[in-house]
Amino acid sequence: MTGLFEAAGVSKRFGGLTALHGVDYRLDAGIASIIGPNGAGKTTLFNIFTGVYPADEGRVTFRGQPVLGLRPDQITALGVCRTFQNIRLFANMTAIENVLVGMHARVRVGLWDALARTSRFHASEQGSWRGGLDLLERVGLRPKANEIARNLPYGDQRRLELARALGSQPALLLLDEPTAGMTQAEATSLMALLRRLVADLGLAILLIEHNMRVVMEVSDRVTVLDHGEKIAEGVPREVQTNPRVIEAYLGRRAAAPGGGRAGA
Amino acid sequence: MIHAAASIALLIVSGAMVAVFPRSILAFLVFQGSLVAIYVARIPAWLRALLLGTALLVMMPVIGAWNGYYLEVATQVGIFVALALGLNIVVGLAGLLDLGYVAFFAVGAYTWAIVGSPHGNIVFGGGFPLSPWAFYLFLVVGLLVAAGTGILLGLPVLRLRGDYLAIVTLGFGEVIRVLANNLDKPINLTNGPKGITPIGRPPVPPFMSYSEGFYFLVLLIVIVVILVNRRLEDSHIGRAWEAMREDELAAQAMGVPLVRSKLLAFACGASFAGVMGVVFSAKQLFINPESFTFLESIGVLAMVILGGMGSIPGAVVGATVVTVLNLQVLKGFSLWLNELKNADVTVLGYNLANLPTQLEPAKYERMVFGIILVVMMIVRPQGLFPARRRQRELGQ
Repeated sequence: MTGLFEAAGVSKRFGGLTALHGVDYRLDAGIASIIGPNGAGKTTLFNIFTGVYPADEGRVTFRGQPVLGLRPDQITALGVCRTFQNIRLFANMTAIENVLVGMHARVRVGLWDALARTSRFHASEQGSWRGGLDLLERVGLRPKANEIARNLPYGDQRRLELARALGSQPALLLLDEPTAGMTQAEATSLMALLRRLVADLGLAILLIEHNMRVVMEVSDRVTVLDHGEKIAEGVPREVQTNPRVIEAYLGRRAAAPGGGRAGA
Repeated sequence: MIHAAASIALLIVSGAMVAVFPRSILAFLVFQGSLVAIYVARIPAWLRALLLGTALLVMMPVIGAWNGYYLEVATQVGIFVALALGLNIVVGLAGLLDLGYVAFFAVGAYTWAIVGSPHGNIVFGGGFPLSPWAFYLFLVVGLLVAAGTGILLGLPVLRLRGDYLAIVTLGFGEVIRVLANNLDKPINLTNGPKGITPIGRPPVPPFMSYSEGFYFLVLLIVIVVILVNRRLEDSHIGRAWEAMREDELAAQAMGVPLVRSKLLAFACGASFAGVMGVVFSAKQLFINPESFTFLESIGVLAMVILGGMGSIPGAVVGATVVTVLNLQVLKGFSLWLNELKNADVTVLGYNLANLPTQLEPAKYERMVFGIILVVMMIVRPQGLFPARRRQRELGQ
C-alpha cells in the first residue's frame, strides 16, 4: 500500500558536494521530525520535496503521485505546503492578505470572474476571507489581521507563516525550524498548536528542528540526517540513545569513550 | 462641509476663469488643478463623482469648443493616462520592470494603420482601407494582438528578474521599432521610416467634431482601464502579483503559478497600450516609427514613478502632470518668451530679441523633465499619490 508521502533513494549534489545521498523517507500521519547537525542536508531535502530544487536521483511520491519534476506551485496544489527557515512572509502585505495569498491554489475563479465581478467571484472572495480569518483565529492572530506582516513581533511572524501555509489546505505540512528564535514557552505553545492541527485537520506534519526538547516532546518519529545520509530513525527515545546519533552530534569520543578522534 | 463648498466653488471659479481667458494657460492649469483638489477633498463619494463627471463630460468639451488646443491636450493626457495605467500593472503591481512598453503601443497603432489605410492594399491585396466602422472592431483586435505580443515577450524572459528583465524588455522595444523601420522589404508591411498615412478615422455621432469624438472615446477607454485596474488589484490576481513582487520564491511555494501570473501581467498591461495605439493612429492620421522610441517608454515609466508605483490615482496624476508640462507649460513659456522678443522688451539692459533660439523653453522639455524626476526621487520617492502599500515600504 502506498503511503501519504514516500521518498526513495533521493540524491542531490551541488558541484562536488554531495548534499544528499540515497535518502529514503516515508510519512503517513502524525508529526515527524528530521534532525541533524548543520549542513546535514535537511533543508535541501525540504527543497527537493517542495520542488525548489530538482533531485539528481530518486523518487518522491505524494498519495502515490510522483512529485519530482513538478513546480513548487503544482506541489502546493497537490496538498504539500511549507514554511521557510528564514521567515519569508510578504512583508508589506497585511496578515490577512498573506493568508489570502496562501489560499491562491484553492481559488477556483478566473480572470473573467474578477473583471466582471461575477457572483462566483464574490462568493469565492467571501469564502477566502472567512477561511483566512478562521486560520488567523486558529494561530491566535485574529486581532492582528490588518497589521502589516513586517510590523508583527517575531513569534507572530512565525505563526503567520504557519497560517499562510495552512491556507492552501495541505495534507502534509513541512515546517523548516518553526521554533527558531522562540523562547521555550513560545516553542511549547507552538507545539501544542501543531498537535491540535494534527488532531483537528488530520494533517501530517514534518518538522526540521534544532530545539531537541521540542523534537523529543512532539514527534511521533524522528529521523536523523548526517552528511546527506539517514543514520537513524525511530521513536524519540530510540534515537536519543542511538550511538551513531550521539557520534554525529558530539563526536566519536562521546559515543564510545576512549575511541578515535574527537569532534566532527 | 467646508470641503464640499470649496470643491464646488473651485470648479465654478476655475471654469469661469477658462471661460473669461480662453487663451490663458494659467487658467487652464487652475482648472486641471481643481480636478485633483476635488479628488483629494474630503467630500462624499457621490459629490466627487458628480463634480468630476460634470468637469470631464460637460465643462471640458465646452472649453474645447472655445479653445480646441485644450481638448487636444486633454485627449493626449487621456492616452498617456491609459498607457501609464497599463504599465502600472506590469511595473507597479507585478513588479516587472518593463523598459520597452511603447512597443505594445506601436503594435496596436500599426495594426489599425495597416488595415485602416490604403497601405493595406500593398500588404494584403485589394479591399483597403476597411470601412471606418471597422475601427471599433479593431479596438478589440488591437487589444488582442498587443496582448499576444505581451505573451510572446513574456515567454522567453520569465526566468529573468530585475535588471536582466529590464534590459531584455528594453531590447524588445527597440526590436519592434527597428522592425517597423525596416519591414518595408521584402514585404512592405510598415512602409518603413516614411510611415503610413492617411489612416482612417472612426465615424463619430453627427453632433460631434472629430476631436470631441476622440476625447469622449479616450475618456471612455480610460474609465474602463481604471475599472479593470481596480478590479484586478482587488482580487486574488492582484494579491498574487503583489506577493510575487514581494518574494517570488515564497509566492510560488504558496501556490502562485509564476509563469501564468507574469504572462497575465504582461498581457494585461500590453492590451491597454494596444487599444490606445489603435486610437492614436486614427487620431494622428499618420504614424511612423519615430513615435515609438525608447524615450517614449521611459516617458511612460516616469509618469508611473512620478505618480507613485502601484497607485491608480498616481498613474493618472503622473501622466497628467508630465503631459501637461510638455504640451502646455513649456510650450506656453516659449510662446510668451517669443512675444516678449518680438515686442523688443529689455530686461536688465539686455534686449530679449538677442536671446538665442536654443534657449526656448520648449527645447528644454527633456531637461526639465529630468530635473523633476531627480528632485522627486530625492524629496518624495514614493510618488505624488503613493499606493497604500508602497508608502509603507519606504516609510520604514
